[in-house]
Amino acid sequence: MNNAASIVAVVLVSVASLAVGAFGLRLSRTMSDFYVASRGVSPVLNASAISGEYLSAASFLGVAGLILARGVDMLWLPIGWTAGYLLLLVFVAAPLRRSGAYTLPDFAQLRLESVVARRASSLLVVAIGLLYLIPQFQGAGLTLRTLTGAPSWVGQLSVAVVVCLNVLPGGMRSVTLVQAFHYWLKLLALLTPLFLLLGAVGDRSDDPAVGTVFVTDWVEPLQGDHALYLTYSLVLATFFGTMGLPHVVVRFYTNPDGRAARRTTLAVLVLLSGFYLLPVVYGVIGRYVASDLVAAGRADSVVLELPSRLFDGPVAEGLTAVLAAGAFAAFLSTSTGLVVSVAGVVSQDLVRWGAGHRQGIRTFRLTTVAVVAGALLLTVVSAGVPVAHAVELTFAVAASTFCPMLLLGIWWRGLTSRGAISGLVVGGALSMGAVVTTTFGIATAGWFGVVLTQPAAVSVPLAFATMVLVSLATRSSTPEHVAQTMVRLHAPEHIDLNRGSFHPERWYRRPPTAEAGSDATQHPTRPSTGETVRRPGTTARRS
Amino acid sequence: MTPEAPRARVRVTSPRTSAARTRNVSIASEIDEQTRLGEVYITSLMRSQLRLALGVLLVLASTLGLLPLLFTAVPGLAGIHLLGVPLPWILLTVVAFAEIIGLGAFYVRRSERNEATFSDLLDGR
Repeated sequence: MNNAASIVAVVLVSVASLAVGAFGLRLSRTMSDFYVASRGVSPVLNASAISGEYLSAASFLGVAGLILARGVDMLWLPIGWTAGYLLLLVFVAAPLRRSGAYTLPDFAQLRLESVVARRASSLLVVAIGLLYLIPQFQGAGLTLRTLTGAPSWVGQLSVAVVVCLNVLPGGMRSVTLVQAFHYWLKLLALLTPLFLLLGAVGDRSDDPAVGTVFVTDWVEPLQGDHALYLTYSLVLATFFGTMGLPHVVVRFYTNPDGRAARRTTLAVLVLLSGFYLLPVVYGVIGRYVASDLVAAGRADSVVLELPSRLFDGPVAEGLTAVLAAGAFAAFLSTSTGLVVSVAGVVSQDLVRWGAGHRQGIRTFRLTTVAVVAGALLLTVVSAGVPVAHAVELTFAVAASTFCPMLLLGIWWRGLTSRGAISGLVVGGALSMGAVVTTTFGIATAGWFGVVLTQPAAVSVPLAFATMVLVSLATRSSTPEHVAQTMVRLHAPEHIDLNRGSFHPERWYRRPPTAEAGSDATQHPTRPSTGETVRRPGTTARRS
Repeated sequence: MTPEAPRARVRVTSPRTSAARTRNVSIASEIDEQTRLGEVYITSLMRSQLRLALGVLLVLASTLGLLPLLFTAVPGLAGIHLLGVPLPWILLTVVAFAEIIGLGAFYVRRSERNEATFSDLLDGR
């Protein structure tokens, strides 16, 4: 398929993204602008940005493909990806925003007061981020190849370049606008062709093929082997994994306060629900008119191929171009979000060349390029490996590592740094082990193999149990300021209380003097003003 | 009747040294100083929010979460059609999303009420 209109559409999306990003650039000046857009983003804009970032190619193309191929059981994916935000809303959203941290490692250090816990979280953020980024790049390569016949590296490289151009000048602020724009672009790109497609299918409903494609194991739930375990494991991974994804969590720091964070998340639930109905319809239409794609192993491209199945000539080309624009926006927005969050963590934790404001921004820019280049390299290296399943497994990894750390850290005073670290190690090792074995096709028969394909139902409870048991065993080393941290996490912002003086941009500095440090615990300091002194317990040198 | 001479004002005061002094310590400073009482207030806020969150999770688990078991236990459900669409497809799309949004809206309202109660408590209202 050599579609000139699609090429034009992809180029237009890239140019429009850069233009919107350049507009946001005018508003971005300080370092916290770079990481979190200075927290001044309104709920609706922020909700659009969160949804835009979250709806990756797996949602735009993958859901329809899976429903076409495997039917009703795959409806749990869009439900899980939305319900994940409901659990994020009820357990995490407001406290996470109130913590004042930029990234998950910031949260780990604030709550656990341990630099080791911080480093462990940083490594996990990088691992999860890359695991999610590689499928995005690979998908972009495949999509562009399907549409234009260009080699895979063209799509991969163009996504990488546009992401860099967007992130480098403006950081998070320009990215926020770009991602909000991408949500509405993706929604319209799926919605507009749908009416025409439905009309065309309606004309053909007396097709003789219809009866034969709606077979029992497609229409009726839980027909496959081990279907009940697989479904529940998928539900667990997606419901609890969303709150642990680094690019999702970093978005919550851009809300003005905890209350706004909740309202934003509620808006996200509405936006996601509205969106996820659409790929389901595409999958069902695909079952009518394009069920041969399953046998050909190209179910993932059903969204892009539907127009040419139902229309001819310019109409088909135009509709395909619209859908291609949406798909490309999906690759761009998710990759951008992942790159920003991984680069933020790497520049804050793993490299630190200068502590000043300008050096901070320069480090962020350099690490952005390094992260994109690294991901691109890994994409090329893993070219032959089927990584589409990796996105699903990423949720399992997040659900078995950051999810227990966040839930227990926010709601249980007893979590200690050793407990959290052991939980991260156990959950991370189990779920990552499953990712590696599944990705490299080390097939295992029987129940063990089934558990490896969907590890969450085993790894999530084990990670929770490890964190709780080790914390109970090391009860004597509960973080010194846990009571103050709980006030910070749970008390509404408008109440004047001492919340400690943790600030993510200054965690690595020693307190000016020991006396100033002890002052911080006695005089109430508001988080917005009293950040010149640090509380002594969270010094970077302490471990 | 002669007008009474204006009486001298007598100020009645009492040092009330034996009475208990009124506590002039606000709940906010109890919390700041991490006293037992301050701890109780924060814990009560956390408990009310956690109970609400667990309630939402419980509702979600006992409706959406039980669907796979229900489909296994009652295979006949897949044969029921509403407006030509099989029941599982309706339950797993429109109904599920409506429930998720509804629970989210309920949670936002109730959690803001919990926080309002807490800050009223601190203001002494």
